[in-house]
Amino acid sequence: MLSRVANSIYWMHRYIERAENVARFIDANLNLTLDLLPGSEEQWEPLILTLADMPLFKSRYDEPSRANVIEFLTFDPENPNSILSCLKMARQNARAVRDAISSEMWEQVNTFYLFVAAYSHRELQAGDTHTFFNRIKIQSHLFRGITDDTMSHGEGWHFGQLGRNLERADKTCRLLDVKYFILLPSPIEVGSPFDALQWKALLTSTSAFEMFRKRHGRITPNRVAEFLILDRHFPRAICHCLAVGQDSLHQITGSRVGTFDNPAEQHLGLVCSQLNFARIEEIVSFGLHQFLDNIQVQLNLIGQAIFDNFFAQQPVEDLDSHRRAWTISQSAGNLMTRTAGGKE
Amino acid sequence: MGFTANAPASINSPEPRGFESYDTEGFFDEMFQPNGRPRPHSRPLVKRITGLSEGDLLRRQRSAELALLNMGITFNSAGSGPERIFPFDLIPRIVEANDWTRIEAGLVQRIQALNLFLDDIYNAQRILKAGIIPDYVIQSSKSFLPQCVGLKPRHGLWCHIAGSDLVRDLDGQFYVLEDNLRCPSGVSYVLENRQVMKRTFPQVFAECRVRPVDNYSTRLLETLQHLAPMGISSPTVAVLTPGIHNSAYFEHSYLAQQMGVELVEGTDLLADDGYVYMRTTRGLRRVDVIYRRIDDMFLDPKTFNPDSMLGVPGIMDVYRAGRLGLANAPGTGVADDKVVYAYVPQIIKYYLGEDAILPNVPTYLCWEEKDRLHVLANLDKLVVKPANESGGYGMMVGPHATPQMRSEFAEHIKANPRNYIAQPTLALSRAPIIVQDHFEGRHVDLRPFTLLGRDTYVMPGGLTRAALTKGSLIVNSSQGGGSKDTWVLSE
Repeated sequence: MLSRVANSIYWMHRYIERAENVARFIDANLNLTLDLLPGSEEQWEPLILTLADMPLFKSRYDEPSRANVIEFLTFDPENPNSILSCLKMARQNARAVRDAISSEMWEQVNTFYLFVAAYSHRELQAGDTHTFFNRIKIQSHLFRGITDDTMSHGEGWHFGQLGRNLERADKTCRLLDVKYFILLPSPIEVGSPFDALQWKALLTSTSAFEMFRKRHGRITPNRVAEFLILDRHFPRAICHCLAVGQDSLHQITGSRVGTFDNPAEQHLGLVCSQLNFARIEEIVSFGLHQFLDNIQVQLNLIGQAIFDNFFAQQPVEDLDSHRRAWTISQSAGNLMTRTAGGKE
Repeated sequence: MGFTANAPASINSPEPRGFESYDTEGFFDEMFQPNGRPRPHSRPLVKRITGLSEGDLLRRQRSAELALLNMGITFNSAGSGPERIFPFDLIPRIVEANDWTRIEAGLVQRIQALNLFLDDIYNAQRILKAGIIPDYVIQSSKSFLPQCVGLKPRHGLWCHIAGSDLVRDLDGQFYVLEDNLRCPSGVSYVLENRQVMKRTFPQVFAECRVRPVDNYSTRLLETLQHLAPMGISSPTVAVLTPGIHNSAYFEHSYLAQQMGVELVEGTDLLADDGYVYMRTTRGLRRVDVIYRRIDDMFLDPKTFNPDSMLGVPGIMDVYRAGRLGLANAPGTGVADDKVVYAYVPQIIKYYLGEDAILPNVPTYLCWEEKDRLHVLANLDKLVVKPANESGGYGMMVGPHATPQMRSEFAEHIKANPRNYIAQPTLALSRAPIIVQDHFEGRHVDLRPFTLLGRDTYVMPGGLTRAALTKGSLIVNSSQGGGSKDTWVLSE
């Protein structure tokens, strides 16, 4: 498979996954605001921290009001991580590999983009919002289903899986980090009384609430963190996403899981094995924020290693590489090592 | 094109609107006879259309447009505006079996003669020595590439894919307007338009016994595989595109997808060690045949335009050494030079010993004094075209031009007579298109596609382009033309 094509398939999946996550987070927050006690303030700023660039937001809007944040995260063409920008990039990547994907996939990416683009020209009415964001989620599900059912599960498909699962792990990681950061600013307070609604909203935004209930029953911060980081079966849990990504990476190279032939496999294998054998109590006592921060650093390293190993050409537009400062972990992949630069 | 305004959809209208107000206005009409009756081959279609309620036709046109939009067959008008589909009209253009038999024979004859001509003109130049074409015409042709002299393409074939433009005059006679031997585009619209028509008009389609066009991509793949270097039994074929910003990108990706071959950009390829390779996730992989959709001048910065960012440095060396097949061969543009075009009947006679089956449009060559004086004296009656442009650029339709434009063109011609030809203004045939809530006649042309490989294949169909502006003779999509499906009927 052409390097350029593999790169575009990988990014097409990442961008669609990213768009879906933005929609999920906004929708969950909208839902949460309906349950707020009278007089308490709506919290929209954390969404920007999770999904985008705060300085960019501040340069374009005066306050993090509901309308401003939704506009910024959904339609703003200047925000490279807005839903519309992500879909535009997904579509551009899909267009560049039309011959390598099925027509059905292309049509789905195209109609998905056209659907959101059509909304960007008119006011999103309060009554439409849930339907709108839910449709985005469903369009993304559709894309996934169409991909699985119309594209051969060969190299290209595995690059797509890899991109989607790395993106998803990254988003779950950020979401958890920001929620803990906002709700429980110091690690000592993890485990103290909390606002059940907030935790429930966190689970809902990752479609995890029902599955969490079946697995753990009562909601406690530790169990929520455990579920979203370490669960092996839940499709949006970091551990699961990375295991699926790892499997695809090894399908691409042909080497066995548990071994490595290149830095991408090495980094991903290290992170996976630590997640496989970690316990939530250790993570919490080490410091959840630091732990999640280390995962983010490792995900960045994995992304770079994949790029170096397979693509080695710029994608149509690699927005992330411009945005994220590149930090090499001094801990050589150990998630339980304190690194300089993490926000404590 | 089509129902663009919100025409009232009267689903329950007792008298469905048909062609009763349609007027051929003295032109040759593809669907109707001068007396207003449908041509015999159009009867089932006309009957079906008049049997539809007005709302129904509107619905079908809209659903066809939506299908094209969802398939992403779109272009950006003037940069950042909203995307729009290429205008498409639901009423097909029908070509009778008898007419088609003649067109097919004529196109086979032309592509064969033109290939012999190309092989000769870049090698022995017998046709110049025989005095059939003046030396000056070739020496002064911008499209004659000295870099290609002495090339020996595989099987001696230079042009494998042609998309000639045919027009019909007042008497219904088909003429060849251009041969388009470089990178003719439009075939993907033929294939996609057909898909849309099958979805929106299934019954009529079956009734009319329309010949299928779906075989094109298979034949194209065979044509390309035939160009593989000697000794390669299952060649790797790739389509080379300038990239997603090219206006024909949809077609490039579509053809690659339909053939199941790689779509590559120049940066995906490299020439090294005597071979052309593509960069893959598993390292370099050899490429044997390239269907290139970039112009000759951009193909290889080491041989042609040194500033090209689209091509592959060194690719021509590999080609010359016979380790790569290229379709079409570089240099074919010389036969598209409109001055050379004027000699095609003589070319056919010289190489095949036959008379041309499909006539040329009579052409005045401005570099010849007698012709030039005639052209300058008759600018208000003639169409003047630059010799080396395509896509309808830089031409003047005399009867529709202002006196100022005509005097500007007179200056152009006097300053550079070799660069201009002139032709009589044809009364191009017309076909009905949907305009709001009724039908109007618009001038059309026809671009069939011919493949030359082990044998010659003329796809039974082609791109019918229609001028969208009433009275306009310019049908090019770059000039606002639309398209129709073309139905070639079985005998």
